[in-house]
Amino acid sequence: MRRAALIAVPYFWLLALFLVPFLIVMKISLSDGALAIPPYTPQLDIAEGWNGLKTFLSELDFENFVFLTTDDLYWKAYLSSFKIALISTSLALLIGYPIAYSMARAAPEWRPTLLMLIILPFWTSFLIRVYAWMGILANEGLLNQFLLWTGIISEPLTILNTNTAVYIGIVYTYLPFMILPIYSALEKMDDSLLEAAEDLGCSRTSAFWLVTIPLSKTGIIAGCFLVFIPTLGEFVIPSLLGGSQTLMIGKVLWEEFFNNRDWPVASAVAIILLLILIIPIILFQRNEQKQREMEG
Amino acid sequence: MKNLMLASATLALVAASAHANEVRVYNWSDYIDEALLEKFEADTGIKLIYDVFDSNELLETKMLAGGSGYDVVVPSGTFLQRQITAGAFQKLDMSKLPNIVNMWDVVSARTEQYDPDNAYSINYMWGTTGIGVNLGKVKEALGEDAPIDSLELILNPDNMAKLAECGVHMLDAPAEMIPMALKYIGENPDSQDPDVIAKAEPVLSAVRPYIQKFHSSEYINALANGDICVAIGWSGDILQARDRAAEADNGVEIAYHAAKEGAQMWFDQMAIPVDAPNPDAAHVFLNFIMDAQNMAAASNYVYYANGNEASKEFLVEDVIGDTAIYPDEATLNNLFTTSPYAPKVQRVVTRLWTKIKSGT
Repeated sequence: MRRAALIAVPYFWLLALFLVPFLIVMKISLSDGALAIPPYTPQLDIAEGWNGLKTFLSELDFENFVFLTTDDLYWKAYLSSFKIALISTSLALLIGYPIAYSMARAAPEWRPTLLMLIILPFWTSFLIRVYAWMGILANEGLLNQFLLWTGIISEPLTILNTNTAVYIGIVYTYLPFMILPIYSALEKMDDSLLEAAEDLGCSRTSAFWLVTIPLSKTGIIAGCFLVFIPTLGEFVIPSLLGGSQTLMIGKVLWEEFFNNRDWPVASAVAIILLLILIIPIILFQRNEQKQREMEG
Repeated sequence: MKNLMLASATLALVAASAHANEVRVYNWSDYIDEALLEKFEADTGIKLIYDVFDSNELLETKMLAGGSGYDVVVPSGTFLQRQITAGAFQKLDMSKLPNIVNMWDVVSARTEQYDPDNAYSINYMWGTTGIGVNLGKVKEALGEDAPIDSLELILNPDNMAKLAECGVHMLDAPAEMIPMALKYIGENPDSQDPDVIAKAEPVLSAVRPYIQKFHSSEYINALANGDICVAIGWSGDILQARDRAAEADNGVEIAYHAAKEGAQMWFDQMAIPVDAPNPDAAHVFLNFIMDAQNMAAASNYVYYANGNEASKEFLVEDVIGDTAIYPDEATLNNLFTTSPYAPKVQRVVTRLWTKIKSGT
C-alpha cells in the first residue's frame, strides 16, 4: 500500500506535467487554424456528450504533418539545430573535461570552493548573462575594445549576430551541466587504480586514456545529454546572440506560433521535435539505469 | 480543455474581485512618460499595473489565447482589425469617455479602416516607418550627398554594400518591410496578391547580405551607441535614439526621414480585451490618456505624434515643429496604410520573410 502511494507520486508528476500537456499539444496539431479565441477548431463541447465527442474526433486529421513535408524549411531547420547541438556538445566536452579533471585532482579542501565557483553564475538570471554577452561581443563591446587596445586587431571583429556568438553563448550557458556530472564521476574514482596502472608499466598518458576516461564514461554521457537535449530546442540564445542566418527549429516554431498565428502547424513542429528528442532521452535513461545497477 | 478554461476564467474573476480598484495596462516598451503613470494613480486612486511588450505578435498571441488578465492593450492597426474579428475586444462605452471630443478627425478617419466607427479603440500614437542614419558614418561611406531620405539608400545594393561595414539593422517585421520593397519597385504596397508580394523577395534578398540584423527594438540602442549606422525602423524609436545620442554626447548624430517615395503610416490603438477583469477602470484609464495635457506629456516624452487634436497646444516645439514627427501636408498625403493579410497570404508572407532572412 505504502509502496503504491510512493510510486504514485512520480507517476502523477509525469502525467500532469508531461502526458496531459503532450495530449493537448497533440490535439491542437490535429486541428485546423481559425480566427477565434483560441485560434483553432474544433473545440470539444462537453455539453453535447458522446455525439459531440464523435464529431470532434472526426474533424481531426494529420494535414499539418503532411504540410511539414511539403516545405524543406522544416527539415533544414531540424538538421541545422542538430548540427549546432552536436558541435556545441563537443566543444562543451572539450572545455568541460579538463576543468572537471583539474577540479577532481585539486586538494580536497579546495574542491567545495571550486564547485561553488562553477555553480555561482546560476545565481544571476540566465537572461541577464546572455545580455552581458551581447555587451561583450558587440562591435563596440568590451572584447573588441580590449583587442583594439592591445593592438592584436586593427578593425573590430564582428562576432555578435553570427553563429560564432551562438556557439559561445550555448557553450558558456551549458558548460556547468557538462562539468558537474564528469566531476562527480572523477571524484569517486579510486586513485590507487592509477597507481596500479603505472606499476604495471603504463605511462601517465596511457593510464589516463585506459583508466580515467573509461571510469568517467557515465559522467561524460550524462554531461553530453544534459547539453545536447536543451540545445536542440534552444530559442533564447540564437535569437539574442545569433544573426538571421542562424536557422534553428526553436525559431521556426516561434514563427509558426507568433507570425503565422498557426497554432496547429506550430504544434505539429513541436511534436516532431519531441519525437526526435525522445530517442536520446531514452538512451540517456538507459545509461542512467545501467549506472545505478552497476552501483547497486 | 473547455473546463480548464472555465476554471481559469473563474480564477481570474475571483482575482479581479479581490483587486477591484486596479487596472492592468499592457503597452509597448519605451512608450510613455513614467511620471504619467504616477499621475494616474494620484488623480484616480486606481492602482496601475503597467507591463510592456515589444512585438505585435506577442500581444496577439496573448489576446487569442484569452484570459490575458489585462484591461488595456495597445495593438497596431492591422493587428487590431484581426483581433476585433476574432472577438478579442469589447465595444467602448462612449458615455464613460467624455475626453473623446479631444480626438483629431484626420487620424480618426484613417483608423476607421481598421476599426469601423472607432467603436473598439482610441488612437494612442501614430507614426511612420522610415530610415534612421548616423549622419557622420553614412556620409563617410557614401559621400556628402548620400540619399538619406530615399529608399535608394537601403534598397539599392550598391549603396548597401558600402554601408554594410558600419552596420545596418532592419525591422524584423514583414508587414513593414514587404510594403516598403513593393513601394520601391512601384507596386501597390498594400497588395494582397501573393504574386505581387513575391516581387518583394528579390528586392530584399539583394540587400540581405549587407544587413547585420533583423530586429524590432535593438536598433534604438545600437544606433545611439554608434554600433550601427543605418536602421530601418519606426519614427519615434529612431528619434529616441537621436536624443539618447545627444544626451550621451558621444559624437553620434542621428537623423530620421520617412522615405520621399512614400512611407507606411501606422497607428497604435488602445483597446479593452473582451475578458478584461476591470473594464470600468480601463475606461477611466483611456479617458485619462485622452486628456489633452496628459496626451501631450506622453508625446513630448516619446517623440511620437498622437491622435489628439486638443493636445497640440501643449506640445513642445521639438515635437509639433518637427516634420519627422508631425509631417507637413505634402508628406502626409504621400503616406500609405496597409490592411491585414488573410491567413493563407500571411503564410506566404512569413515564408517569404524566412527565405529572405535565412536564405532558405
